[in-house]
Amino acid sequence: MAITATVGHARADPHHIGVVIEHPGPAPKRIVTAYGFWIFLLSDIVMFSCFFAAYAVLVGQTAGGPKGAEIFEQRNVAIETVCLLLSSFTCGMASIAADVRNRFWFYLGMTVTCVLGLIFLAIEFREFADLVARGYGPSRSAFLTAFFSLVGCHGLHVSAGVLWLLTMMAQVFAKGFRADVLRRMMCFALFWHALDIIWVGVFSVVYLLGGAP
Amino acid sequence: MSDQTHIPAGHDLAPGEEEQHSVGERILGYVVGLVLALLLTATSFFIAGTDLVWQPSIPVALIVLAIAQMGVHLVFFLHITTGPDNTNNVLALAFGLLIVFLVVGGTVWIMAHLNANMPPMDQIMMRQ
Repeated sequence: MAITATVGHARADPHHIGVVIEHPGPAPKRIVTAYGFWIFLLSDIVMFSCFFAAYAVLVGQTAGGPKGAEIFEQRNVAIETVCLLLSSFTCGMASIAADVRNRFWFYLGMTVTCVLGLIFLAIEFREFADLVARGYGPSRSAFLTAFFSLVGCHGLHVSAGVLWLLTMMAQVFAKGFRADVLRRMMCFALFWHALDIIWVGVFSVVYLLGGAP
Repeated sequence: MSDQTHIPAGHDLAPGEEEQHSVGERILGYVVGLVLALLLTATSFFIAGTDLVWQPSIPVALIVLAIAQMGVHLVFFLHITTGPDNTNNVLALAFGLLIVFLVVGGTVWIMAHLNANMPPMDQIMMRQ
């Protein structure tokens, strides 16, 4: 179903004020898909805001357990942050490569993104395992419950993102740069960048603000 | 629906989609975003552990830096701009932000008041 609308005259009036376009037709599928995914991402961010609110309320409720300053290691957090930032960059490179249909740079960008994501997950998992081993698990205090649920929820998202990333590489390998594969790649890039935005909130609020003595 | 990748001029942009640029310009955009994000991150970590600035200003500075960095990510990585072809994406984002501020701000506000107005837990226990 190809709808060829003449929207040329709308360029002179980019905000479409007072211009009646006869039957502009449905937006291209690429826009509809990405817009729907954008709405999902925003709802995901709203969900994270609930975890952030819970953390902000419970950060002082340590029930005699450790405070944030006693258990957070800023060096690890800095490494995690750099990993995610660089992975966001390489993910952007991979999506440019997908747009110009360059397999080599696509695979390279996605592989680097995957490795950086796995390094992030490994550091986070080690931190969690270390805390639990010291008896500071999520059941120790309300503060630790809020901490584990917020940071753990972000970690789960990153794990899902890594799985999605591998799926995208497999799809490009098997099907090539088809239009539907490119749409999924676009959604994946949005997802990965959105996770980075949430991590900015996590390291600022949880580790830097919550880690202040 | 049509499956085209190249959008004729005058159409909206999908979230994450850039206006038509050359590959070099697009890569440059990501490089600028990465450099800005790394600078803001480094500043955050430096501010959090330094004695050089007035201590009560640190939480405010951290929050401002975090919001600035989120803005950098939105513009350079997610390509959400104020351009006319981006109106739908910006409006959705604005609504999402409204909910986020209502949830976080409302929770912190109400819970702080409840905490301030409630007698300490041991007094409640003694009355029973």
